[in-house]
Amino acid sequence: MERIPILKMGEFLLVSIQVDMHDRLALTLQDDLTAGIVKHRARGVMIDISALEMVDSFIGRMLSNIANMARLLDAQTVVVGMQPSVAITLVELGLPMRGIPTALDVEKGIALLDAAIRGASGNGSAVL
Amino acid sequence: MLSTSSRLPEILKNHREALLKEWISLQLAAIGRRTNAATEQSLKTDSSDFLTYFADAAKADGFTNLQGEKWNALRDFLNNLSSSRAKEGFTPTETASFIFSLKQPLFMRFRAEIGDPNALTEEIWNTTLVLDTLGLFTTEAFQRTREETISRQQQELLELSTPVVRLWENVLALPLIGTLDSGRTQVVMQNLLEAIVATRSDIAIIDITGVPTVDTLVAQHLLKTVAAARLMGADCIISGIRPQIAQTIIHLGVDLSEVTTKATMADAFQVALSRAGMTITRSDLRPTK
Repeated sequence: MERIPILKMGEFLLVSIQVDMHDRLALTLQDDLTAGIVKHRARGVMIDISALEMVDSFIGRMLSNIANMARLLDAQTVVVGMQPSVAITLVELGLPMRGIPTALDVEKGIALLDAAIRGASGNGSAVL
Repeated sequence: MLSTSSRLPEILKNHREALLKEWISLQLAAIGRRTNAATEQSLKTDSSDFLTYFADAAKADGFTNLQGEKWNALRDFLNNLSSSRAKEGFTPTETASFIFSLKQPLFMRFRAEIGDPNALTEEIWNTTLVLDTLGLFTTEAFQRTREETISRQQQELLELSTPVVRLWENVLALPLIGTLDSGRTQVVMQNLLEAIVATRSDIAIIDITGVPTVDTLVAQHLLKTVAAARLMGADCIISGIRPQIAQTIIHLGVDLSEVTTKATMADAFQVALSRAGMTITRSDLRPTK
């Protein structure tokens, strides 16, 4: 069965979505990711969607769900690498994904997560 | 269409010079005060060329099929004529009457040449059909040229009015000028998002000093642009809000509370710099004059 790989990078998890999403795959990803957060005690999740050329409301909702699940497990989610056309589509669909931080690329996403986690643990001043 | 026994080709051939003279004088009278030596000369050339093409086509085809190959030369000629006239600022009437004014001299010749009333009526009717078709053709070609001009200008306007400027490291500015409709919003959004990717910017300042009015639709387009930029990881600041516009926005009940707004671009730039962790200081080493 196909799976989306989840990579561990320090205290973050990196998920790179490079294939067409469908219900089954989304459910597997949610299972794997929540299990991974608990297992690795991850503080942040980065979802890289730079390979996605097209989105629909299903993917938009899936990303929101993942972010909310991660938050329950005390991990901050960042969506990185969105293509301009994808951003326009999401806005036109009325899914601006409020509450999920976004960053241009993985590098900026790491900086954002770092700042957010340091801020949340009280020894820094950065907030999201 | 016309029967092959039509005498039109023959009349066109035998009375060419007289027809041309009468036709040109009629056209000059129609154009009136705007004539000068140059237009008169080009009119003569055009009219003479038309008669040549018309006679050739009529002889070769006998008016059976105006859409056919044998009329191609004439149609190309009329196409060029109409489009050059459209560019020179002729009216559609003036362009179409180029063809229609041929009727009078031509019909006079018919009356002189054809004795039988039935044949005369037949000939006049058929010629009218042909000339009307050609006249409509010039009008269509004229309009097509006009429409091409308009759509080209629209395209140019669209490209001219949506620049994305890099103000500073990681700070973009988007000065909007003119009304935002959904088509333009699309272009603006696309340009902005592509610039964000290209320059890896974190902050975009959307300046609406040049937007004459903000209604609910324009506000919605602005919010969409802001949301799309946010999805790409960039924050937007809206600047250049004039007092009148601030009042309108509140009266319309548009909620801009999620967006940072500033009155001037300078204020917005300062916010952008401080978010990027930079400050501007006055140097002690002022240039002496």
